[in-house]
Parts: sequence; structure tokens; C-alpha cells
Amino acid sequence: MRNNKLGRLYRDGEIVINKGDEGSCLFVIQEGKVEVFDENGGGEIKIAELGSGEFFGEMGLFEKDVRSCTVRASGNAKILTIDKKNFYKTIQKDPTLAYRLLQKMSFRLRELNKKVIQV
Amino acid sequence: MSMRDFSSEHFVLEDGSKIAVIGGGPAGSFFTYFAIDFAERMGLDISIDIYEAKDFTCAGPQGCNNCGGIVSESLIQSLSAEGVVLPSKVIQRGIESYTLHLENGSTVIKTPLEEQRIASMFRGFGPKGNTDTNTASFDNFLFGLCQEKGARVISERVSEAIRTADAVTLTTKDGNKARYDLVVGAVGLNGKALSLFKSICPSFEPPETTKTYISEFQMEPELIDKHFGNSMHVFLLNLPNIKFGALIPKDNYVTLVLLGSDINMEIACSFINSKSVMKLFPRGIKLDDITPCKCFPSINVKGAKLAYDDRVVLVGDSASSKLYKNGVGAAYITGKAAANAAIFNGISANAFKKYYQPVCSELDNDNKLGKFIFSVTGIIQKSHLLKGALLSMVISEQHKASHKRRMSSVLWDTFTGSAAYKNIFVRCLNPLLLVSLVWNIIKSTLNLIFKKK
Ligand SMILES: Cc1cc2nc3c(=O)[nH]c(=O)nc-3n(C[C@H](O)[C@H](O)[C@H](O)COP(=O)(O)OP(=O)(O)OC[C@H]3O[C@@H](n4cnc5c(N)ncnc54)[C@H](O)[C@@H]3O)c2cc1C
Repeated sequence: MRNNKLGRLYRDGEIVINKGDEGSCLFVIQEGKVEVFDENGGGEIKIAELGSGEFFGEMGLFEKDVRSCTVRASGNAKILTIDKKNFYKTIQKDPTLAYRLLQKMSFRLRELNKKVIQV
Repeated sequence: MSMRDFSSEHFVLEDGSKIAVIGGGPAGSFFTYFAIDFAERMGLDISIDIYEAKDFTCAGPQGCNNCGGIVSESLIQSLSAEGVVLPSKVIQRGIESYTLHLENGSTVIKTPLEEQRIASMFRGFGPKGNTDTNTASFDNFLFGLCQEKGARVISERVSEAIRTADAVTLTTKDGNKARYDLVVGAVGLNGKALSLFKSICPSFEPPETTKTYISEFQMEPELIDKHFGNSMHVFLLNLPNIKFGALIPKDNYVTLVLLGSDINMEIACSFINSKSVMKLFPRGIKLDDITPCKCFPSINVKGAKLAYDDRVVLVGDSASSKLYKNGVGAAYITGKAAANAAIFNGISANAFKKYYQPVCSELDNDNKLGKFIFSVTGIIQKSHLLKGALLSMVISEQHKASHKRRMSSVLWDTFTGSAAYKNIFVRCLNPLLLVSLVWNIIKSTLNLIFKKK
């Protein structure tokens, strides 16, 4: 098989981020999908499904807190990590690199607000 | 001659402003992509025409911008953060390690996180005669991103640029004329194209260059997997004029790149026929029979001076690059910085001086340290003893935790172009690295003495 995707290969169901773990990097999906889960009354609820080009784990870049959700590969997925240190060094020189991250976080907040209102 | 208007309020982009980008290589495309992106964020309605003489969907020289085809780790990371994921057809191979070859042995150095963080690609549709429909051009992919954002591609060569009172007028080889508020020079190192800027950017001094060598070897993917793997093979051999040689595996080609000073066919042959290189290829293979393409392209070894004027800015190789490495990454940095300056700060010479030139100066200053680092590797290249010490140090590091593989990470960044030379230089001064190097030199000296005895 041609080896033409970047990042690390996660097999179907493999955990990329474990809720409660310490995290210091951002993940960008190069190929495939992941599912994001949170715990609710002892069970798990799926809160999002993300595909190629999307990122997750961004809270780990800005907060010292532990990971807030569990993320698992849904089917085989290739995922690239962006290290916190490198990322900060780069946005120090080029702050516009953070635009997309802010845009996406603002979009996610808007979606969350909608859900809260629905509940 | 028309009078030039020097009041700075005339040098800002407004709704309806027109920009021409001459050259659709990475620098031209990155400028375009970010200029449109920033303008959208600012609610500014501008239009961009990209003039490109090549057709990146063609195999061979017609579509090729002569390059080793490595997309560095730092560029991949930045593009990912920008939301740009390279499509699988563009990625020829994910690179997960590099193999350092010296006359006295070889060693593999894995990426720090054990994931594929570097890509190999073709700038056009592969070497002459390529028919593999699974190949897609990197430059064409970037072009596509710009077109999606609304840029217009004009497949013509620009042959003249003339400044008028409040604009710059371009004429193409076919005789078409158009007037622009800003002209961006992203023509690479093409001497004729650079001379277009004499009239509209009189103080501009083009970059200094030297000749390099690239050739392609066509092989079955299975053979490439077996002999080269997903590793970039880097050679530090004691051969004249060659600072650095690399074999870069693609899907069904292996690209050879030789960097140094004024490389000619004789020098290239001495490298190809060396024992360290030949042992990598299948035994008995006739390399001449599997070489569809070879060329001696120029590379930027010293940045241009004053690569801007009112309504004119040059980016990428035409301005400043990164010495010997990551030229595409430098095209991203300068292209984006020029777009940033133009959209947010204006298009006067003063705006470019204040907001764009510092980025070029940083690259130029970093290259001075790069020159020093490459002169040190040059000394190592010539010394059997130092090469032995380097090799034993790197081999012994492979068993250590990744943050303790100091020399390996220095070499990784030097050869992949992933970090600034300043950063590499500072890491070289780490006392633990220096102690370990001295210890390995002593060990190698003792080894040599005992061998002689
Ligand atoms: C041997 C070698 C190996 C290299 N390997 C790597 C590598 O592995 N990784 C890496 O990142 N960098 C590498 N580089 C550097 C890299 O190729 C350059 O830094 C990069 O191409 C610069 O991009 P650019 O857009 O500035 O110029 P170019 O890529 O040269 O693009 C200029 C474009 O302008 C067009 N053009 C020129 N004149 C006109 C005109 N008058 N009208 C219309 N269009 C015009 C040309 O057709 C061309 O498409 C290598 C360079 C060499 C020489």
C-alpha cells in the first residue's frame, strides 16, 4: 500500500486522547475520522465526530488542566501532532497562525450554546 | 516621465484594488492565498491575477520547478494549523526517519515522535515520461487553493513591467497588457524574469546563486521500499564541492539532490559512483538506464537586497530563502509576511520596509549561522576521525529517550531544515552535547591507534 499520509496511524477504536490525561499538544486529522466522547452518569455519550483537516485537543495548548474528553479513531485514522512548544514559538513570530484556531473555537462555542438552549 | 505620488495614503489597498502575482510557485501561491484570506477577514474586496508560464500538470521540465521535493516538518505543522492538509496524491511518501551515510558507516535517526512528519512530493507532474496517474503536483495543489479562494490564473509569461503615476502595468509575451495597484515578484531565480524588476524596483539587487544537481531514478515501489524505505538518505562524503547529498524516496522514483558550490556532471558522477551511494541500489542496476531527468538548477545562497518599492514586493527565492534547506518553507514565510504587510499596513516602500523586510532580514541573518554550521560539517566531512566520532555518538544515542538524543536532533534539524540555524547553533553549545562529542572523539582516536597497531 502506498504510504502517502502523514502522522501516526490509529486503528479503529484506538484511543488518541484519554479523558483525565495530561495533554500538551494539538492533533490534526490527516485522513479518516475520530469520535469525541464524554462521560455521563457512568456511561459515555458521543459529542462530536471530526474528519480530515479538523483539529482537536486545542484546550491542552491553552490550559494546564487535564484532557476533558476521550477521543477514539473511528476506522483507521492518520493523525499529526502539533507540539505546544513549537506552536507557541511559531505564533510568537506569526500571530495570524492562531486565526483558524480561534475561528474554530468560536464556532464550537456557538454550537455548544445552541445545544444548551435546546436542552 | 510621470511623477510618482509619495503620499502614503495613496499606497493602501482598497475595495476594487488589483494585485498581480508574477510566478505561481509556492511563494506566489502562498502570497495569494494569505492576501485573499486576510482581505476577507478585513472585509476588503480585492482581486488577484497570478501569471504562471509553466503547466504543473505536465511531466518533466514543462511542469517542474526543480526541487528535491521535501516538505519540512515545520511547514507541515504550520500548514496543518492553517487547515491545509496535503492530499494523498500530492504526498509521494511520508518520511519517518533519515539515514546518515558516512564513508565509515551508516545510522538511522527516527523522527522524535515516531510519526511521519515530513512529506516527499513532486513540484510538477513528476519526471519526464511519468504516466502515473496517482501523482499530483504540489505547486498545482497550492494553485488550486488560490483559485478556490477566487484568484485568477493567467497562463502567460510576463515580459515587461512599467511604472505609471499610480499603478504598474504588465505586458505578457502574447502582448496582453493590464494595470495593477500592486505587483508581487515570485519568479524564483529566473534571471530574465528578475531583470523585469529593474525598471519598477530600481534599488533591488537580485539574490546570489550557485549551481546544484538533481536527477531522478525510476524504480518499482517495492524495490524502493526494500532499499530506501520511508527514510531520507543523507550523505556526508569527502568529495569536492559537495556539502550535502541526499536520496529522497518517492513512490516510484528516487530523487538525488546535490548541494554545494558549482556542481557539474563530473562531480555528480563521482558522488553517484561512490561506494556509499551504490551500495544502496539493487546490485547490478545501471543507473543511467533508469534516469529520465537530470538538471543543474540554481539555488539561492545569499538573499536579495531591497526587494520592495512602492507598489512592488518580491517574495520567495527572488527575495530571501533558507540556505540549502526548506526553500518552500521560506516561500511560505516570505509570501505570508508580504501579504500581511500589504493588507494590514499598505503597499508603500516604507510599509514593506517596516513590516516585510524584518522577516527577510531574519532569514538572511539566520543563513549566516547556517553557513557557519555547514562549514563545520565541511570539516567533519573531510576528517575520518570526526566522522567516526559523530557516527558512534549518533548510534549510541538511539537507545536513549528522545530528549536526550541531542546530536541526532541537531543533525535532524540541520538536514531536514525544520528549525532555524540559530536554534540549531544554540543546541550545539549544550555542554552535555559537547562533553559527549569530545568523549566520542577520544574513543575514535583510541580506536584508530589500536587499529593501526
Ligand atoms: C537542488 C535543489 C533542491 C531543493 N530541494 C528542496 C526541498 O527538498 N525542499 C524545499 O522546501 N526546498 C527545496 N529547494 C528550494 C525550493 O525549490 C525553492 O526555494 C522554491 O521553489 C522557491 O519557491 P518560489 O515560489 O520562490 O520560486 P519557484 O519555485 O522557482 O517558482 C517561480 C515560478 O515563477 C514562474 N515564472 C518565472 N518567471 C515568470 C514570468 N516572467 N512570467 C510568469 N511566470 C514566471 C516560474 O515558471 C515558476 O513557476 C531546492 C532547491 C534546489 C535548487
